Amino acid sequence: MAPRSNVGVRNEMLGHLGDSVPRLEDPPLITGRGRFVGDMNFPDQLHMRIVRSPLAHGTIRGIDTTAAKALPGVVAVWTSDDIDDIPPIDFREGSNPQLALFRQYALARERVRYVGDPVAAVFAEDAYIAEDAAELVVLDLEPLPVLVNADDPPQDFKDGQTTEAAVVEQGYGDIEGSFANAYKIVKIDVKVGRHSGVPLECRGGVGRYDAARDVLELHGAAKVPHRNRETLCRMLGRPAAGVHLYEGHTGGGFGIRGELYPEDVLVCAAAMRLGRPVKWIEDRQEHLTAANQSRQQRHKIRAAVAEDGEVVAIDDELYLDQGGYIRTHGTRVANMTTGTLPGPYRIPNYRSVCHFCLTNKTPAATYRSPGRFESTFVRERLMDAIAVELEMDPVAVRRRNLIALEEMPYGRDLDVLGDSVEHDPGDYAGLLDQTLAKYGYDKIQAELAERRANGELVGLGLSMFFEKSGLGPTDGSKIYVDTTGHIEVVTGGASLGQGFETVMAQIAAEALGTDYRRIRVVHGRTDRIEYGVGAHASRATVLTGSAVSKTALQVRDKALDMAAELLQAPIESLDITDGVIHPKGNPSGPSVTLGEVAEALAPASKARGDRDPFLMGEAFFHIDHQTYPYGLHIAVVKVDPDTGETKIERYIIGYDIGRAINPMLVDGQLVGGLAQGVGGSLYEEFAYDDSGQPLAVTFADYLIPTLLEIPEPEILLTEDFPSIRTPLGIKGAGEAGITGAAAALASAIDAAIGMPGAVTQTPISPQRLKKILDGRKG
Amino acid sequence: MTDKIDITLTINGRTHTATVEARKTLADVIRDDCGQTGTHLGCEHGICGACTILLDGEPVRSCLMFGVQAEGREIRTVEGLADGETLHPLQQAFTDNHALQCGYCTPGFLMLATGVLEANPDISDEDLNDALASNLCRCTGYQNIIKAVRQARDEMKAR
Repeated sequence: MAPRSNVGVRNEMLGHLGDSVPRLEDPPLITGRGRFVGDMNFPDQLHMRIVRSPLAHGTIRGIDTTAAKALPGVVAVWTSDDIDDIPPIDFREGSNPQLALFRQYALARERVRYVGDPVAAVFAEDAYIAEDAAELVVLDLEPLPVLVNADDPPQDFKDGQTTEAAVVEQGYGDIEGSFANAYKIVKIDVKVGRHSGVPLECRGGVGRYDAARDVLELHGAAKVPHRNRETLCRMLGRPAAGVHLYEGHTGGGFGIRGELYPEDVLVCAAAMRLGRPVKWIEDRQEHLTAANQSRQQRHKIRAAVAEDGEVVAIDDELYLDQGGYIRTHGTRVANMTTGTLPGPYRIPNYRSVCHFCLTNKTPAATYRSPGRFESTFVRERLMDAIAVELEMDPVAVRRRNLIALEEMPYGRDLDVLGDSVEHDPGDYAGLLDQTLAKYGYDKIQAELAERRANGELVGLGLSMFFEKSGLGPTDGSKIYVDTTGHIEVVTGGASLGQGFETVMAQIAAEALGTDYRRIRVVHGRTDRIEYGVGAHASRATVLTGSAVSKTALQVRDKALDMAAELLQAPIESLDITDGVIHPKGNPSGPSVTLGEVAEALAPASKARGDRDPFLMGEAFFHIDHQTYPYGLHIAVVKVDPDTGETKIERYIIGYDIGRAINPMLVDGQLVGGLAQGVGGSLYEEFAYDDSGQPLAVTFADYLIPTLLEIPEPEILLTEDFPSIRTPLGIKGAGEAGITGAAAALASAIDAAIGMPGAVTQTPISPQRLKKILDGRKG
Repeated sequence: MTDKIDITLTINGRTHTATVEARKTLADVIRDDCGQTGTHLGCEHGICGACTILLDGEPVRSCLMFGVQAEGREIRTVEGLADGETLHPLQQAFTDNHALQCGYCTPGFLMLATGVLEANPDISDEDLNDALASNLCRCTGYQNIIKAVRQARDEMKAR
């Protein structure tokens, strides 16, 4: 395909670095032969159905399971009493005494804390019977006062602890002094709405206890199988070798799928205790109240600015709506929000105080670009407000504050996931200039001004951001070449649809001089490799890819060493092309294949000599800091004054990827990310009424954009600054399409309706925008 | 709800017999009783279109029908699209154009597009967009799906 981006397609079918080759993942997926968790079945399996709280907050006075248990086909009905030995679900990064009280049990004890909170689990011979029985479970709940807003006064959570579970504060410099001496102070109060990843496949899992091997299996794992195994081992008191997680095909993840949820724990525990495989497949209504939600924050933020537009200080106070419990992520989103809010700008003095507050809504956690989607919206709204206050051009204000190339690497006394922020070299202003020039920014603005003069509500908005990717500290891989010359790359990564297998195969193919289609990539299996970081935080290509590259080079060295002896030629004189080792520059000279070398290295082979058996390797890659790619979004919109509908006429993304392994896949990540960004900015919202009842429990209420709402973005993908922190220069691609979306769209809508600062809240739904427009007329 | 009914379904030209409750959805019967798991369920309330199949040539949501209603009808699913090892032009176009990421919505889009293109080989770009807007995709941002279906339309017409 012709990419929209400017990184060329070299079109070598070998599929080396930089080639937009077709995906290895596609054949089963386009022919209906994929294996998603719903497609997995084991003989004699039971089906689980969860009974969920209909109340947002209440005391559990009693649960009557008699009628449910009496239904033919029902094998068991559990409440929390049946699993009182299983501790609450712990944090992914280990225990945290300060937050321990707020963790969720697999089944609610004493209180329910959101609509959808699991209170009982039914196990039956068939999914329909399980659902029938769930309706027969009678809950006796005493309503308690409901807290729906994180910025309302905290209530008692339990044992004297209030719902303000933590205050996360980050910053540096002199805030008081900066504001005391400011030329002007600019304040805004803005809100990011609650939405989430909502993958097209709902969650699911099959627990299976194999007594013959004494192994507990969880099928349907995703994202972080190795981390979840650790947590499960701790919770169930089993050795690591006695718990294995298996990832099959995964119908989208986006950060929300694959965390350890109550249902995962239940299918595992039930498989062991009931002695039969247990399958659970979530339905969509459950998903919209039970799976992690995200994003909801209110920021009261102010900037101290100088006359020339320099932002001398930012002081931010925010309320993060965490929902009913703290799940596996702990305070991760708060940390990422406060750690990335200064963005690509210098901001010499900074403070952000996050009130991390529990409410009676579905628990929240990470969704694609966690903390950055939110902080970019807030910061860029602030930059726009500063431009208005100082009567400066919004681009000029940004340019005045961008960190310059000469200042990099640019360290800040801020923490993002345990890593102190250090911007790796990049030319932020340069990418801005390139993007504006390429797409004719001045001309677009002139045309829009003319159309506005003719009464159209059209406008342009721009947002800039820096991304984070490749969260460390380490990942490893194993590579094995068999005697037929086929190669297996075993990783602890995960595949959620992003093209993981193709990218890893391309990286290994480059080092091993072979066709990427001869490479099989293993991921998401704890029984194949002891360690893995999975797929999150745009880290798979950066971290696992670097590990695969390192391992493949090790295998290459071993292959050349053995081949040198077989061919009686110096190692330096040899090269590998299409799986054949031959003299450099002479592919038709004396040669051996990788398969023949593998044969020579077999354990019983005499040719092997003192070398370790097998043509295989294993290596770990370590990274000191994350890499920080950067970019900008430009939106051009037209607003319909009668309906409040926003139509996106053009959308431009500029992004420096460092080095694209497969530009087609990078492009796919950016376009797909943008579609989710448009959804979260304009349509998608998990709204709740005052009693904590969720108002979006079907796709008729939770509005995922169709193709009619999504524009085809124009993308300037540059490779100007390969990361200095990875051997291949790779930076992440997974989140840049979404990060700047709400910020750019809000700015464009402001411009279109001629009301600077009018947009203070996402999603900017037609209803909200109509209200703003009606206010203008009045 | 324990009364079960014997039904015979024809899926991709093959006959399947099953004994199912009247309330069992067609999608569940196709997947559970006939073992054809290429048809996916994304919402079970008729909005996402992941479960789209062709029923007597017409795209329908198999989550909104009961299995017993499909007795005697001609069902086509994603498993029947390819001709042996030769991919259907739509399948080929989807992989050529990177029109899938996780692949969960893909069978639904493929069957929707097959139905639309078979009924109207000359469909305009605009009408095609309208038709494809009836299914949801959460990964691709749709642009490559549009390109793939247009490419397949042009190829199928040229044959």
